[in-house]
Amino acid sequence: MASPLQQFEIKTIASAHVGGVDVSFTNASLFMIVAIAAITAFLLLGVRKRALVPGRMQSLAELSYEFIAGLVRDNVGHAGRPYFPFIFTLFMFILFANTIGLIPFTFTVTSHIIVTFALALVVFIGVTIVGIAKHGTKWFSYFFPPGAPIYMAPLLVPIEILSYLARPVTLALRLFANMMAGHTMLKVFAGFVVAMGLLGVAPLAILIALYMLELIVAVLQAFVFTILTCLYLHDALHLH
Amino acid sequence: MSVEAAKLIGAGLAVIGLAGVGVGIGNVFAAFINSVARNPSAQGTVFPFTMLGFALVEAIALFALLIAFLILFR
Repeated sequence: MASPLQQFEIKTIASAHVGGVDVSFTNASLFMIVAIAAITAFLLLGVRKRALVPGRMQSLAELSYEFIAGLVRDNVGHAGRPYFPFIFTLFMFILFANTIGLIPFTFTVTSHIIVTFALALVVFIGVTIVGIAKHGTKWFSYFFPPGAPIYMAPLLVPIEILSYLARPVTLALRLFANMMAGHTMLKVFAGFVVAMGLLGVAPLAILIALYMLELIVAVLQAFVFTILTCLYLHDALHLH
Repeated sequence: MSVEAAKLIGAGLAVIGLAGVGVGIGNVFAAFINSVARNPSAQGTVFPFTMLGFALVEAIALFALLIAFLILFR
């Protein structure tokens, strides 16, 4: 039987090399494009009619907009308005990549740590630049918690810097581990169904329950990634 | 001891961490039920944070599970 990790294999669809760098079109790139196309179709079809009383698709599109707008308003405050498009794009991309990956025989883009790490690094570098641009050198006071006695600085500052640097790693690892472990678990239980023959009904029932859990996790992890981005942005804009 | 046996034992050891995660998820939902029982009107505001806490704790569970899978299937 095939290894449960086989589903994460990257297959080259169209090979291409530019200056010694492999820029081949793979199934990962294909499913990123599929996710982008699905988001574009979802939002364009949703707002095409521009009805005053929204229909089904328009309600969904408005719901997703309202949800992220509320999230940014509650967690970042008014100063977060300019960053709404980025956060909305981030949320929709992760949400669609996760849920499309749950369709059998597709590929989950977010189950590769390089993808999630790139996303997390964009957030990390972006938030740092926003913080420095807004506060200048005052931004470095972020590494010293207010109210702490000054003689604690040699201990607190390295800890704060370390926890700040760990942010992109934990952000990336959380999404990656959820997707990867979840899909592997589904494959392992699918293996049980085949191996147990008629008795395989029992693991099949568990498999269906796990699939529902994975569906929740797919949405929840997109939400968690977004809300943590909002919290980091809040830290950068308001310092503590 | 053969490598195969060591792999199985290692994978089993790796998921011991799930015990702590069980306690963690239990704590999250116990606190949620407590707060809603005391103040039912707070359910709407507390629930998103419960879900956030649940997801953060569950991610830790998956780190352990991930290590177990990597030991088993690689």
